Amino acid sequence: MAFWKKKGSCHEVPTVESAGARKVALVGNPNVGKSVLFNALTGAYVTVSNYPGTSVEVSRGNAVIDGETFEIVDTPGMYSILPITEEERVAREILLNERPYLVLHVLDARNLERMLPMTLQLIEAELPVVLVVNIMDEAARMGLEIDIAELSRRLGIPVIGAATAKKVGLPEIRAAIAKGHPGQDSASFRYSRLMESDIAEVADLLRGEYILSRKAVALLLLQGDEEVAALVRDVEGENWGVVEPGVREKRFERRESLHLDLSMERKTIVKKVLDGTFSAPSKRVVTLAERISRLTVRPATGVPLLLIVLYFGLYKFVGDFGAGTLVDVLEGTVFEKWFNPWITGVVNGIIPWGPVRDLFVGEYGIITLGIRYAVGIILPIVATFFLFFSMLEDSGYFPRLAFLVDRIFKSIGLTGRAVIPMVLGFGCDTMATMVTRTLETVRERVLATLLLALAIPCSAQLGVILSLLSKSPGALLVWSLCLLGIFLLVGLIAAKVVPGETPMFYMEIPPMRLPQWSNVLTKTYTRMQWYFMEILPLFVVASVLLWLGKITHFFEKMVDAMTPVMGALGLPRETAVAFIFGFFRRDYGAAGLYDLQTKGLMNPRQLTVAAVTLTLFIPCVAQFLIMKKERGMKVALGIGLFVSSFAFGSGWVLNKFLLATGIL
Amino acid sequence: MKLTDKAEEILEALWIESEENGKGYAELDRMEIHPSDAAYQELASQALVEIKGGRIYFRPEGKEEGRKTIRRHRLAERLMMDVLNIRGENGDMKACQFEHLLNEGVDVKVCTMLNHPATCPHGKPIPAGECCEEARRIGDLGVVPLTELKSGDEGDIAYILTEDGKKMQKLMAMGVLPGNRITLLQAFPSYIFRVGFSEFAIDSAMAREIFVRR
Repeated sequence: MAFWKKKGSCHEVPTVESAGARKVALVGNPNVGKSVLFNALTGAYVTVSNYPGTSVEVSRGNAVIDGETFEIVDTPGMYSILPITEEERVAREILLNERPYLVLHVLDARNLERMLPMTLQLIEAELPVVLVVNIMDEAARMGLEIDIAELSRRLGIPVIGAATAKKVGLPEIRAAIAKGHPGQDSASFRYSRLMESDIAEVADLLRGEYILSRKAVALLLLQGDEEVAALVRDVEGENWGVVEPGVREKRFERRESLHLDLSMERKTIVKKVLDGTFSAPSKRVVTLAERISRLTVRPATGVPLLLIVLYFGLYKFVGDFGAGTLVDVLEGTVFEKWFNPWITGVVNGIIPWGPVRDLFVGEYGIITLGIRYAVGIILPIVATFFLFFSMLEDSGYFPRLAFLVDRIFKSIGLTGRAVIPMVLGFGCDTMATMVTRTLETVRERVLATLLLALAIPCSAQLGVILSLLSKSPGALLVWSLCLLGIFLLVGLIAAKVVPGETPMFYMEIPPMRLPQWSNVLTKTYTRMQWYFMEILPLFVVASVLLWLGKITHFFEKMVDAMTPVMGALGLPRETAVAFIFGFFRRDYGAAGLYDLQTKGLMNPRQLTVAAVTLTLFIPCVAQFLIMKKERGMKVALGIGLFVSSFAFGSGWVLNKFLLATGIL
Repeated sequence: MKLTDKAEEILEALWIESEENGKGYAELDRMEIHPSDAAYQELASQALVEIKGGRIYFRPEGKEEGRKTIRRHRLAERLMMDVLNIRGENGDMKACQFEHLLNEGVDVKVCTMLNHPATCPHGKPIPAGECCEEARRIGDLGVVPLTELKSGDEGDIAYILTEDGKKMQKLMAMGVLPGNRITLLQAFPSYIFRVGFSEFAIDSAMAREIFVRR
């Protein structure tokens, strides 16, 4: 599964037109190929939406099999039907509330032993389960042998062997969906006598009707599942007065080690099921992917490798190719030479009034400025960045990077997990702020949001600033050192100041694999689509506001008002324009600086101060809105105020410092 | 014959002064237990110590007894801290009372359970007992946290020691279950281990809570 799978809009309501369609839920651990299977089954009609009341995203799509339409639901990764994380909670909600017609439990053939306990739980809950043993191809390469037919007989449910990435097993899965669940004999496995009788004692107290079997409900009650307890209280009504003390008593009796006992008993059952159906070679086969994987996580080789990835991926591909070559072609040639003169002529021919002409094709015109910035400058940069990011994500590199930086990130109050939003922030801070929801504690989310708002420049900004400062290497160095220093300093201080527990770091490290082009392109495309939906309207609105500001002379007044601030930073008054732009989008502001520099209005010192201040300066409007949505108004405002004052403060200090030392 | 609690405490004080501080004796009037106490007489009459010129010395048998006594005291401290989680002054006090029960083989059991610790919670050395020597001789490393393994080492998961129920569930979901084979793949900058065919990265705080039998 992808770490992050944002597709389309962020509407709160699922919009797939499949009111009457039967639902098929895909469940399973992360990284077992659920999303690939989902994509293979559904094709075009996919919506991604937040699960109601949460910020967890669920993909839904339609599959037509033998003329019947099914709604396929890709649930977030879960390890057990007793949920711990918000994702797992949502996945279970879907099982509980949406009454799927079929539950496809997808698992990784290589990790049958570890993942089968959840199959047991699903069977025990009497859900209509079909087991998909995925990634059979890689298992075979490792010399593992799995007897699918016998496995199916022993578990008492249909089992399908598959390699969805290679399209193996898809016809069988489709057939299984069309056929539906055969209905099952009650679970073919039992716990120890003592455990069974304890469960039965609680189950016998229940009177109501549940979607899950009474046995499963009783077990969840015994494990202290609060949501299930609340559900049972509602269903049982008066009888809850009998159930509750019974549960409490059993829980107390088993307080020592219920969770552990259950896990151990399930493990024993799984061992028995796998005895004779699963065999591994006595000698581990070390694959090439594993060797490469080792290289990426050893600091001695991992750090140089990271630098190589960053140099070629970010600097060469995104910076040189995206922000250089592509921008030159699109902005310099297509827009400046052909499109803008042409559209200006057209508009001037149609519209006789000067001010209205300006709205579309003037200095701040919607088309000549807004569309030109969005399509000519921003598009090529973010497109190359997202391509790079999706490839890294698909290869499985991020968990390894997270491991490498975990220790450093701990000192700024985050865990290695936060490296994913941080890297994404170099593409788009707004998107990255949204992704901070994958972090576990509220504290981490706040810290990551702050650092993204302050010290991580987005790709569009980065592209423009790099090309601005590249003419004077000293300026580039000062700028990078300033940002790195501020990132660490603010992180260190914030980690001390923001209250909350120290987060723990754990992460599954999936096998490395070659990115699949189709997957990478789909991801890049959906991200681009989201980005454009988000930014294009803002660019248009910004153009309109700037135009309004200009014709009402409000704009000039604002520039006048900001002149003393600019003076304090040692900047020419025209820079104020870039900062006003920057309020709408940071990259937009940077592009404004670009215009100033080409006019020859700034020396290297001023350019550096302006670049540092602007990079730190208030997040763009879109990012602010997402901050508000994700973290709440108070935190968003707090961060916004801090960031703005910190930005100007740093600019002022830097200017004084550069003047005093005369470095630039 | 079993010594009185006071006599044992004198032996401990003398051990620290005479052996650990290297003076070879202890000044009588600087002892916590008053020189007029009968316990001194008890020790002298059993030929464990010699008192002359306001100083108290070990006799050879006494030195061995002192060694064992200090060992029991520090094992009791470890027990209080590591297992019963009683800390600070209260822990020290309880250890003082508890140590006197650690004789006739109980100390061996406690020592083995604690995996033959070398120092007390205050960092002072715990003199090795026979059980410690034996363990070292046969190379029984006992149960150690994952953090003590070298990369490449394998072991069976013995137990998980955590007070955080959620963390426990998470670890169990990752396949960290007693009896499962675990291989440590890397120990720096954090930990990577393999269970079955999956690899996981965890930080040292979590690694400390997984106990492995090698």
